[in-house]
Order: sequence, then C-alpha cells, then structure tokens
Amino acid sequence: MLDESAELSVSITQIVQRLKGTHLHSQLEKQAKECLHKPEIKLETLKDDVRRLLKASGWERKLQNAVYRELHILPPPGHPRAPPEHTKEPLAYMCKAQVNWEKRILKSLNSMCTELGIPLARKRPVPEQKELTNKWNEMGTDEPDLSKFRPVYAPKDFLEVLVGLRNPNNERSEDLTVRSHWGLIQVSLNVRNIPQMREMYPELGLTFGQLGIDDHTHVPPDLFESEHIHIGKKVVSEQDSAAAQQYSRQGCPTGLRAQLWSLILNTTNDPEDITHYEQLKARVIHHALLVDNLIYKDVKLTASNDDYYFVFEDYLYQVLLCFSRDTSVLEHFNYNSATPPKSCIQSKSGSEQSAVVYPPNGVIPFHGFSMYVAPLCFLYNEPSKLYSVFREMYIRYFFRLHSISSLPSGIVSLCLQFERLLQSHLPQLFYHLREIGAQPLRIAFKWIVRAFSGYLSTDQLLLLWDRILGYDSLEIVAVLAAAVFAFRAENLMEVTSLASAEAVLADLSTLKVMPLLQIFLFATSV
Amino acid sequence: MQVVFLTFSLTRAPKPQPQTWTGQHEKFIPAGILPCLGLSCQDKDCTPYPRYNTTVPLRDNYPPRQHSSLNPTSSVLRTLDRRHRTRREGRNCIRYRCGLTNTIQDVLNQRPGWVEVKEDGDWDFNWCDVGWLRENFDHSYMEEHVRICHFRNHYELTRKNLMVKNLKRYRKTLEREAGRMEAAKCDFFPCTFVLPSEYHIFVEEFKRSPGSTWIMKPVARSQGKGIFLFRKLKDIIDWKKDGSRSEEQKDEAQVESYVAQRYIENPYLIAGRKFDLRVYVLVTSYIPLKAWLYRDGFARFSNTRFSLSSIDDQYVHLTNVAVQKTAPDYDPEKGCKWQMQPLRCYLTAKHGFETVQTLSKEIDNIFIRSLLSVQKTIINDKHCFELYGYDILLDQDLKPWLIEVNASPSLTASSQEDYDLKYRLLEDTLHIVDMEGRLTGKEKRVGGFDLMWNDGPVYTDVGLEALGSSCLVANTHLGCVNDRQKQLQQLLKPFPGQKKT
Repeated sequence: MLDESAELSVSITQIVQRLKGTHLHSQLEKQAKECLHKPEIKLETLKDDVRRLLKASGWERKLQNAVYRELHILPPPGHPRAPPEHTKEPLAYMCKAQVNWEKRILKSLNSMCTELGIPLARKRPVPEQKELTNKWNEMGTDEPDLSKFRPVYAPKDFLEVLVGLRNPNNERSEDLTVRSHWGLIQVSLNVRNIPQMREMYPELGLTFGQLGIDDHTHVPPDLFESEHIHIGKKVVSEQDSAAAQQYSRQGCPTGLRAQLWSLILNTTNDPEDITHYEQLKARVIHHALLVDNLIYKDVKLTASNDDYYFVFEDYLYQVLLCFSRDTSVLEHFNYNSATPPKSCIQSKSGSEQSAVVYPPNGVIPFHGFSMYVAPLCFLYNEPSKLYSVFREMYIRYFFRLHSISSLPSGIVSLCLQFERLLQSHLPQLFYHLREIGAQPLRIAFKWIVRAFSGYLSTDQLLLLWDRILGYDSLEIVAVLAAAVFAFRAENLMEVTSLASAEAVLADLSTLKVMPLLQIFLFATSV
Repeated sequence: MQVVFLTFSLTRAPKPQPQTWTGQHEKFIPAGILPCLGLSCQDKDCTPYPRYNTTVPLRDNYPPRQHSSLNPTSSVLRTLDRRHRTRREGRNCIRYRCGLTNTIQDVLNQRPGWVEVKEDGDWDFNWCDVGWLRENFDHSYMEEHVRICHFRNHYELTRKNLMVKNLKRYRKTLEREAGRMEAAKCDFFPCTFVLPSEYHIFVEEFKRSPGSTWIMKPVARSQGKGIFLFRKLKDIIDWKKDGSRSEEQKDEAQVESYVAQRYIENPYLIAGRKFDLRVYVLVTSYIPLKAWLYRDGFARFSNTRFSLSSIDDQYVHLTNVAVQKTAPDYDPEKGCKWQMQPLRCYLTAKHGFETVQTLSKEIDNIFIRSLLSVQKTIINDKHCFELYGYDILLDQDLKPWLIEVNASPSLTASSQEDYDLKYRLLEDTLHIVDMEGRLTGKEKRVGGFDLMWNDGPVYTDVGLEALGSSCLVANTHLGCVNDRQKQLQQLLKPFPGQKKT
C-alpha cells in the first residue's frame, strides 16, 4: 500500500505530465511572459507577482479547472508494480468477459459488412462530398434505405452477457444459501446499502432544499429557488468547476444549466474546440463509414420517434457522425475496461496488412446510443459546444454503461446495486416478481443503460443528470430505478406476468425524480 | 326568467358561404407555418383517433342514454312548446347535445349526471359546431341556465379578414385616446390587407418594401387550402383575374376574399425547424370581458427545414410540398408536437428565466388586446362561452405574432398525449362553465385554467407581501406545471349525488 503523500505525488506528476504541452500550458506561459512588461512586477518578488497577476486575470482559475478535470478522469492509483491493464480492470474474469463480448460485436459487424457488401470505410466521390456539405444542417431530411441494417446489439443482448457473468473463485452452484443471489447478477461486488448512501448523498436529505421538488409554479419563485438561482449566478461568474459541481447536487436552474454543466465538465468552447469540431466535420464529409448507417438507423429508431427529441434529429447526426471520427476519444480506453476494436486495412502496396482502430473513436454504437446525446440538445445550440459537452459526458460517464467492469460506477455494479436495494427494502415485491418470471432487472436494465434518457420527461431527466454530474457517479441511476419500483410497488404486487409488470412500468414520463429519490433514500425505514 | 330573441343579429351576419366554410373542424394547420411544411403534419389533427385504447369506457358502456320523451319537432315549434322548468339545482341530470364526434363527446359522456339527448331533444348544454349555430341560434329560445359553446358572431375574431379589421380599428381608437405608445402594443399581427377591397393600398405597401415575401390566404377556408406565397406582383395576377371573373356572376358565387399578409421571414427555429404555438383561451363573457388561459398547449413543428429559398419558384402551392416520411419505423402519428412544458424548458435553458417571462407577458398581451378589439362587436350573451385556439408564431427576437384565432380548435387527438391534453382541457372548460353549480364565481384558477382577465388584469395573490406590493405578477402560467388534479380536488364541491373522495 502506498501512503497518502506518495499517492498524491504520483497523481501530481501524472497531471503535470498530461497538462504539459496542452494549449492551456502555452497560453499560461504566454500570459506570464506578458506580465513581465508590466510595471508592477518587481524582480525581487517576481514569482509571487506573476502568480498574483495570473490569479487576477482568471488564468489561475482556468488552471484549477483543468486540474480538476484531470482528477476526474485519472484512474485510481494502483500498486506501482501492477501492470497497466489493471487500471482498466483488475478482475481477470471481467476482462475475459469483456474481451469475448467485444469479439462478438466485431464479428457481428464484420458479417454485416460482408453480407451487405459494404466496405467499412470509403472515400466519398467529390459530388457526394458537395452534396453532404450542403445538406449538413438537414441530414434528417435524407431518407436512405436502412432496411438491411440492424443495430449491432441492443441492451437486451448485453444484459444476457451480464447475467452470464460468473466468478470462477465462487463456483458453488448447488449450494443455495441465504447469501446466494436471488437476482440476475451472479457476481459479488461491493455496493452501498442505504445507510452508506445517506452518507454519500447528504445533500439529498429531507432538510435540504432541492430543485425538482416544490418548484411547481415558477411565478413567484419560492424562497429556496430564488436564493438558489442567486447562488447559481455567482458560481457561474466565478467560473469555478468544483463549486459548480457541488452546486449541481441540489439541482441546476433551467436557465443556468447549460453554463453550469459546461463549467463542471470544463468544456470551454475555445477556438481550438471549434476548429477541432470543424476538422471532424471535414472527416465526415470526406469519408463514409459503415457505422454511419448504424447511427442513422439508431436515430431514426429512437430519437426521431421520441415525443421530445424528434426535433433534434439533425443535431444528433452532426454530433454522432463527428464523434465516430474523433480519435481523441481513444484516450478514455486507458481507464475503460473495453479495448477499441481493430480492423485490418491493406496498405497501398497491397502486400502488407496493418491494423487500425475501427471506427476511429473505438466506440461501436448500439441501439439507443443516440439517446445519450438527445437531452443535451435541450441545452446547447451550437454543434461544437454540444459536441464537446457530449464527448466529455461520454468519456466520464456513459462509457461505463456498456463496458463490463467491476468499477463502482460500472454497469455490473449498478445492476447489482439495483437488485440489492430492492431485495433489502422490498423483499416481498422482489420475491413476487421473481416468482412470476418478471425479474426486476429485466425491466429496469434498459433505463439504466440509457441513464433514463428517453424514459423520463426532459425536465426530470435533466434534474437526474444534474446529480450524476454533482456526485460524479452514475450510482444514482440505480437508486432511481429501485425507487420507481418502490413507487409502483402496490400495482406490481398485483401483476401476474412479465408483460403486465412491464405495462405497469411502461410510462415513466409522469414521474417526479427528486421526490422519488428523496423518499427512497431518506424516508424509508432501514 | 329572461327571454332573449336574437333575430336582430341576422341582419348583421354576413352571408354564409357554404361552399367554403367547412365550419366543424377549423383545421389544424396554422397558416403561418404552412409554406415550409410537409403536410403530413397538417392532417394529423383531422384524422380520427384510431390508435389508442382510451382508458375511458366506450360510449355504449355508459349508463343507457335517457332519450327525451318529447316528440321530435322542429326547434321553433319546440321552443313554443317548451314547458317551464325548475332551475338546474332541482334537476337531477344535465341534458347535453354534442355535434362533434371526438374528444368532447368522450368528456361529456364521462361526466357524472350528464345525459345525451337525441338530435331534436331539449338540451341544457350544447357543444355544437359553428354550422349548427348559424342555422339554429337565431331561432332558438334559451332558458337562463342553458349554455352553448359559441358566441353568435364569433367570426368577428376568428375570420382572418374581420380579425384584422377589428384589430386595426382598435389600434386607431387607442392611438386617438391613449397615444402612440399604447397603440404600439397592438403591433403583434403582420401587416395585412383584405383583397380585393384593399388591393390598391396593398399594392402601395407592397412597392414600398421590395423583395419582401407575402402570403395569401383565403379568409374563410381552413386547413391551409388555397394559401400561397409570393414576392412579385405578377404572381397574383392570375388570382386577380379569377376574382374579377366571379365578380360578374354577382349573386351566384361570392368573390372569395383573401388576405395578403406580410410573411414572417425570420421565424424562431428549433434545430432548424419552424413551429407555431397553439394556445387555448376560454371566454365566458365579453361584457365584462372574462377570459381564462390554459396552462397546456403545444408547439407544432414542420417536418421540413425552414428556408426562404424554396419560395423562389413563383407559386408554392402548399399542398404540393408534402414530404412523406419513409423511414422504416417512422410512426407518422408522432414527431410533430411538443407540449408547452418542454418548450418552456427549452426556451428557459437557452434564453434564461427573465426572457421567457417577458415572452409570456407579450403573449398574454396578444390574447387580451385581440379580445378587447372585438369586445364591443361580439354580441354578448350570457348563454354563450367560447374556447379559442390561438395560433402564435415566434420570430428570432422572440417576439410573438398572432397568426389566427380558431373558434373550433380541433378537438380530435393525434396521439395519446394529445388526447389526454384535450380531454383535460375540455373537462376544465366544463368545470368553468359550471352547469352543476359547484363554483363560487370568484375562482382565479380552475384546474389548468388561470383567470387572465376579469374586466381588468388579474394578478396572483401568492407572495405579494414577500415581493413588495409594487410588483404585480400576472396570474397566467402558460407552459408551467399543470397540477390540476390536486387543485380541482381542493376547489370543487363534489358532483351532485357524489361523495367527495
């Protein structure tokens, strides 16, 4: 075990390493140099004076926010002698399951490729490039024939894989004890119980004001709300990521959410971000990928059919097509248990084959993937801004929802968390549903994989995502899933089949997220 | 008991135009949105409601209808024959007549103690279409408690040319009496001329702003029929020829009147799409004016992306622009409407709370001014109430524009969500009309309706002390949470013969 100070210095070195050579680094240098010409700088106190000026001009805050961002995506420090793969996933059987899953996806993708005779990638002829450029803002009006394409996988397929997970050290199948699993997830991971959660989420307690509770009529705003908005404006003007994150735990006011979220995620929308987006757009225009069809298909099947998100169809293409070309996304595989899929290309001479990551960002979209982007369209107009916020959300949170790992915020833990909460607080309900063949996770899994996007009404969904950002964890998603079951428990106790249980839980659009969470966490007897 | 014969109104009513006036379904598509619309959107509200298993029992399951014992007679004879009745408190059921077969029928059917009457039976409550109104209203005698869902000359507000005429006159009066500033508050309708009568002033105005786009709409047609856009005068020459030809055949066919309206070229777009708002306003009296605003409503999106370039072709007949969605799993019933709540949420996220407040205020102003403009023209009658569907368009500066007002907003639902909205809307309308006598008459809110105007502006009571009395907050909540169930429970006495739950 490393002691704390050693751990800290490792982290510092890592962060310094990562920030060196970034645009921010060169800008800071430039600013510092410019400072030197100012009369108030004295040679004796040079270091302090420069620091003071950088602080006054807001550059120190920018550095702080950048460091804060790095801390978020920095993998937890492992043992110095542990191999780097261990930071991706320490458990061998999880690794193996993930590798097998990836093989299956890739195989399915390849067979679709050969079946349809469509190349993984091709350069677009010039007229097609021109056409696409002209149509960029209305790609949704295009109606390509997508009948032959099918999503590579749906959440259901993924659930089967998770259900099949077994810990080889724990093989005692016939030995059914009290400690064995009633649920679908058959592996043991450490998940929190409600008392631990109460410590984890103190701001959701009954004595705290919450946006999303009692803010029914906006006119006139009640006392908490107007006070909260006042503080929110202050946080935005301070431009402090950490403060924004803390603030978000009690909910972001609709009018400030866009600014607060990009502050928390430190997506600055600098000129470089805009250039980056334009470069990606150019790549989309130059080359067509097979995954583009999957993206089209997914948007048509999900967001375009959604009561709230259909409007944003064009934005979704603009973001998702660019996302698939973004090689900077690959960086997140350092701490993601998944490994980017590789494909072979023939080199120009035709003799050699070399492996490249495909698609370039290493992420194969599945059925419902576009729902990660859709709610963000409520907040951001400019594609480049929308894009950077989505990318950051993906590499911080969403990737965990479809990679097999033992991490606390990973999908396996979330599923287990959900099942455990139900088992310990509504054992009769759990037993009843299990007996009639309606395992709760079969119903809740789709909610969890999409972090509820497309199931809740938009305002409620954004309130939920406020808390994901605020607590830097997806755990709250599993809690909400359990709370929904608790809320409809009475009706669920009366159903006698999976179909009728699904019917009881089919429409979540009328639910109010925050009261559900609060009651489940703080007003349930433990 | 007061007897009102309204025969004098016959002389004031313009000649009906049966060939164009479809009446019953004032169609769904807003004129302002049409030019760029695929019509797949348009017919949605007019198609019957096939897909949903409503949670309400079907008509036939409802307690057997009690048929009126009266022999079917003409309404005139019946009027003479009518016996005096006790007031409604003494009656154990409310007899209604319903001329429409959609959501309203379900609502009436479901209402405890309400019984449908056959075609010619006596009724206490009549949800008729405007055609019925025109044919029968003037011959009907109505007892004091009787209610009907239109004002006799509602077209003063709901026909495009008359609305503009009334608004222009109102603006002039304001300018004379209260000055230019006050009159400027009426500048919420696009510059409009009635053709052929105002053709010459129209041409003057047209020449004053070269390059601008205009839209022509037949005044008495709906569903976007006969609408076209133009930028050159020669584009309307054909139309003019047609017009003069029919003028020769004086009596036979009337000249079809059109309005030429400045087209709003910079509409507010969401993700490149144009939309307009449908908002519901209930008027229960014109003198004094008493108007209610419903919290819910919706935004209707066009399927195509907005661009002005498509109207460079000289005529764009809107009916030809239909763009059919062909995506494999595209559900044509979906993907056209936003409820008011997500829209408010979207606008607040983009522009902030204060801007959206200002916008709501300006939209309220449209309702109130337009109603005031016809206040003295509409024949006030305490038997009448009317539910108007306002079509509002926003431009890029978030200025709201009044496109038109419908006296018979489509009550046919396009989706479950839409059905639920309309069902609630109509239920609350009936609560306010209050045939059952469950209200005190002093309510500021009934279900999803907030009282917007009661012979003067209405302000909220809540929090006045906290905010200081100088700051009055309008009592309207367009697009806010509609927790009507709770509110109604607290407000309403139970139905006669029903226990409060």
